[in-house]
Amino acid sequence: MTVPTLAKHTGSGEPDLATSDGTTRVDERVRLRRLGPGDGIPGGILLGPALLLAFWAIGSATGFIDERTLSAPWTVVETARDLWADGRLQDGLVTSATRVALGLGLGIAVGLVLALVAGLSRTGEAVIDGPVQVKRSIPSLALIPLLILWFGIGEEMKVYTIALGVLVPIYIHTHNGLRTIDSRYAELAETIGVGRVAFVRQVVIPGAMPGFLLGLRFAVTSALLALVVVEQINATSGIGYMITLASSYGQTDVIIVGLVVYAILGLVADGVVRLIGRKVLTWRRTLES
Amino acid sequence: MATHAGELTQEAVRVEGLHRSFNKTGGVLNGLDLEIAPGEFVALIGRSGSGKSTLLRALAGLDRGVDGWGRISVPDKVSMVFQDSRLLPWRRVLDNVVLGLGGRDAKDRGRKALAEVGLAGRERAWAHQLSGGEAQRAALARSLVRDPQLLLADEPFGALDALTRLNMHTLLRELCERHRPSVLLVTHDVDEAIVLADRVIVLDGGVIQSDVRIDLGSRRDPADPRFAALRRQLLNALGVDLDADGLVRDPDPDDLASDRPDRSRGVDRKAAS
Repeated sequence: MTVPTLAKHTGSGEPDLATSDGTTRVDERVRLRRLGPGDGIPGGILLGPALLLAFWAIGSATGFIDERTLSAPWTVVETARDLWADGRLQDGLVTSATRVALGLGLGIAVGLVLALVAGLSRTGEAVIDGPVQVKRSIPSLALIPLLILWFGIGEEMKVYTIALGVLVPIYIHTHNGLRTIDSRYAELAETIGVGRVAFVRQVVIPGAMPGFLLGLRFAVTSALLALVVVEQINATSGIGYMITLASSYGQTDVIIVGLVVYAILGLVADGVVRLIGRKVLTWRRTLES
Repeated sequence: MATHAGELTQEAVRVEGLHRSFNKTGGVLNGLDLEIAPGEFVALIGRSGSGKSTLLRALAGLDRGVDGWGRISVPDKVSMVFQDSRLLPWRRVLDNVVLGLGGRDAKDRGRKALAEVGLAGRERAWAHQLSGGEAQRAALARSLVRDPQLLLADEPFGALDALTRLNMHTLLRELCERHRPSVLLVTHDVDEAIVLADRVIVLDGGVIQSDVRIDLGSRRDPADPRFAALRRQLLNALGVDLDADGLVRDPDPDDLASDRPDRSRGVDRKAAS
């Protein structure tokens, strides 16, 4: 079979591929599709959400979706504008974001310190690793009743609950990253006379960084999960409070606005982690490409 | 390690009665004595399990926890090159070369060392972007930038292709002539030992079995009859018997067996029937 010439052959050889009418016979083997799923569709990731949005809009307009079950998209947009105008949305967002940030910060700091101590000394590992593994088997959310008894129902309890959920993935993945650093690098550092501080800075920390960043992505997810839960018990502020309140009044539009804000929080947090990863793991990116 | 007061030794390296063993049954090194003069290039060959790497690791101070005794005296500045380059994947080439070096001029010295091994312009590359030969040259630069008095090399060219290896031989010879460190190079390649070294030591059963001086001058041609004679002598010392054509006479069935387990089984069956 013949197809129009797509690219000229660079060499003058292989005359059998060129036919008299100036077209090129393409080797059948080249035309065989690879076994993979093929090339990506530009902007393909938006296709699914767009279809879903269209279904929602058309369903609401035609009355197929009852207003009491799910408000129309334009009602949600209007509600969001109203909530923004009277400041309730910003207040809730700031409160919720502060809780996540504090919980994440505390959990990351504690998890990192524990991982470094356990990773750099056998004694540290013996003391720390056991308790953290025990903690791992207890979901952080199961500790809420105890945390309420200890810290009350205020902000403290909320931040500690989030921090407890964050600590575990940070510790597990950073510790694993530390332990899987090739021991040959330690040997090398010894033979060329690298000191302890330089060893930790040049070998240990960058070597454990991929593990830490993986842990961070899990940590962000569990922080948001914990946020949603703690905001629905005894909260008087925050996005979760706004949602709970709307639920008792049957305001699906407000609930949707709250969910969108949660989604944005999650996306932003994940984006930040990815960005950090890209900056820090340049060497890995070049390895993958 | 300091030399003893009043007993100024000429040697850069002095090993006396070195014993090392990994278990109770037998020693890997059994009372080994070795001296290396400053600036001398010594190649160490021997069958696998003869203790080459154990000796090298003892000199590098990498054998903590291994049983043994004996005296080792090495210079203060010792540097080691491994079979793999051991460049840190998360550091660029230049940062790998100056790893752990202090001082404001460290980077400049690193750049100079890289230029010396022919890697000028690759300072910002990541380790995995280098070819095998380039990575090994960067590892050499990492050692040289520390001005070692003793350079230990554990089969540094073992993983390279033949052509790259020849280039690396020339480079290593040049670098050693310029910087004059004492060198102890472990290799399994007799030709490599003859091409590079001033002295070739054959290790067997944990002691030095023979110690051969290579007096071939700076031009070392494998076609030279003296080169061939040395080659034959060293191979003999390794237990390989060559006939007049340079082929192995009576190949050792144990050696073949260790190379090809499947074929040796076939031979056994035939012998049994």
